[in-house]
Amino acid sequence: MSFFDALSAVLIIPIVAAALLAVLPGYRLTSRLNVVASLATFLSALSLFFARPQSGPYLLVDDLNNVFIVLTTFVGFTTSVFSATYIGHELETGKLTAAHLHFYHAMYQVLMFAMNLALVANNIGLMWVAIELATLTTVMMVGIYRTHEALEAAWKYFILGSVGIALALFGTILVYMAARPVVGEGLDAMVWTTLLAHAKDFDPALLDVAFVFLLLGYGTKVGLAPLHAWLPDAHAEGPTPISAVLSGLLLNVALYALLRFKMLLAVNPAALAPGPLMVSLGLISLVFAALMLFRRRDIKRMFAYSSIEHMGIITFAFGMGGPLANFAGLLHMTMHSLTKSAIFYAVGHVAQVKGTQKIADLGGLTQSDPVLGWGLVLGVVAIAGLPPLGIFMSEFLIVSSTFARAPLLAAPLVVGLLIGLGALFLRLNGIAFGEPRGKSAPAHASYVPMFAHLALVLAAGVYLPPQLVIWFQNVAKLLG
Amino acid sequence: MRGLAFDIAHLLAGGLVLVSFLQLYQDRLYALLNVFAVHALLLALSVAWQAHIQDAWHLYITAAIALGFKAIAIPLALHRIIVRLGIHREIEKVVGVGPAMLLGIGLVALSMVVMLRVTAEADPIAREDLAFALSVVLLGLLMMVTRRNAVSQVVGFMSLENGLVLAATGAKGMPLVVEISIAFSILIAFIVIGIFLFRIRERFDSVDMQALDRYRGERQ
Repeated sequence: MSFFDALSAVLIIPIVAAALLAVLPGYRLTSRLNVVASLATFLSALSLFFARPQSGPYLLVDDLNNVFIVLTTFVGFTTSVFSATYIGHELETGKLTAAHLHFYHAMYQVLMFAMNLALVANNIGLMWVAIELATLTTVMMVGIYRTHEALEAAWKYFILGSVGIALALFGTILVYMAARPVVGEGLDAMVWTTLLAHAKDFDPALLDVAFVFLLLGYGTKVGLAPLHAWLPDAHAEGPTPISAVLSGLLLNVALYALLRFKMLLAVNPAALAPGPLMVSLGLISLVFAALMLFRRRDIKRMFAYSSIEHMGIITFAFGMGGPLANFAGLLHMTMHSLTKSAIFYAVGHVAQVKGTQKIADLGGLTQSDPVLGWGLVLGVVAIAGLPPLGIFMSEFLIVSSTFARAPLLAAPLVVGLLIGLGALFLRLNGIAFGEPRGKSAPAHASYVPMFAHLALVLAAGVYLPPQLVIWFQNVAKLLG
Repeated sequence: MRGLAFDIAHLLAGGLVLVSFLQLYQDRLYALLNVFAVHALLLALSVAWQAHIQDAWHLYITAAIALGFKAIAIPLALHRIIVRLGIHREIEKVVGVGPAMLLGIGLVALSMVVMLRVTAEADPIAREDLAFALSVVLLGLLMMVTRRNAVSQVVGFMSLENGLVLAATGAKGMPLVVEISIAFSILIAFIVIGIFLFRIRERFDSVDMQALDRYRGERQ
């Protein structure tokens, strides 16, 4: 393995950028550097498609995580573009100071580093450390405004996130215990590829218990329903670029960790089937979040609940398993990341223009700020799963494959989807249409990231390139 | 020698569970911190004993971290925070001592049943350690949910984490144990700094409007 290949680049670029951003002065310079570094990371991630480095005991690139890395770095890049204008406005209005800026940008890159590390880690211990690092950085970003609500949200996230990762560590230790008699002591028994090769000989009882802990632990980070309490607060009180990254990326990373362990269980015939556990947690999250959508008063909180709903759908799809449901789950995850971050870009600017996040004070956006308003409408139409956008297609695939295999499960799934759709449109109607309400301050928004994402979602809904389909099908087979 | 090695490991790990119970019914923060220091000390001894019987020198680092950081530095820092924030009288509990102890006993029984059954083939030291470790983890969780005060929640989290370190060191030859214990120490340091900087007194779900006003008053 050469010293500097694309794989090390996706890790080294963010960490070097973080060090630079922590010391360099000036808003213009640092926000541009943030964009450039994120773009460079994205390009090196993209090159992983073409030249894949050899995997070692610590790092690994395969079909599965390649999709995740490219998606993560792409949304990381577009969010950095959005964040440049967003943070500029926060500086002008005095909500953040220059000192915060250093901290914010450095933490942004550390977060990108941590997520990339969690995705490329071949070692389950390293993966855990990376997810812990990602949790820490997001906690600090959520609390950056230092208001009472922000600190409370950060504290809640901190405690629940810590408990989550503590349980995940216990699960990781149990996996090691299960592997040790077969693989032998030491590093090998934590290397995921080695584990996968030998998982069929592991003690099934130990693996079962390990998976329950991992599901509870990483499930907390995914935001699955009984464990979701931190998620709405963290989304509502932090800076909006962080809400976009949390919803669009960090939840995916935690789910990815869970999928890796699910694959281990899948090769062991005597171990419990992880599917039903994931299916039930997914359904609970979906229905619960869809009901919670109705009574939201804060726009960011509302879309946070929508994220819980969609993570529930994705977990459900992966829990169903099989080529079609896994394919649909992957597609839905990609579409949700793109759409939800686009919505948060719109919401961030809306909150800046209107000076509030309260739904009651928002109204008639399509008249007062047409571009922003229609962007938000388009985003909500996409996230609610209306044709011809990408989420419609993935939800359609999930529903139809469920009908074919377990019709009883399809009923709560469809009900949950419809409730969610109704709630979103009910709220959207008040926010986007009718007489303009509330004050309106000019803010220069950057529409490019938002519309780029929405265009991709629309394009995917109309036409999926065959290469992408084949790629996703391969990954779906890998997931079993 | 094999028998003695097992007995001492067993004694120390069992001691951790016992001290976890002691923590459950402490109703003064100072006393709670002292008990936690004992908890961390027992962990340090247990890890050092594991290092000795496994011939794994790197585990001595973990033992040293447990001793220096968790048994000495953190309790001292929390002592000072309690004094500074003037919260030594705040001893709110959600659940009374009796029910909490009963729940605790139930959790220990649960972890024994689960872990001893699934690890029937593992070597006895690791097996007992794992069962005790899960008990300590669950008791730590119980403490976190039965306390309202931020400091005692942190103590609960730290004793939970002690259980994890016990499990990790009991799993013979597990790599990255030192790294993981360092990562946890950083996490805890951040939590403690967070309490101090942001003066978090109450648990998150009890938003007390008076506390909010007081808070604003302090900031201006």
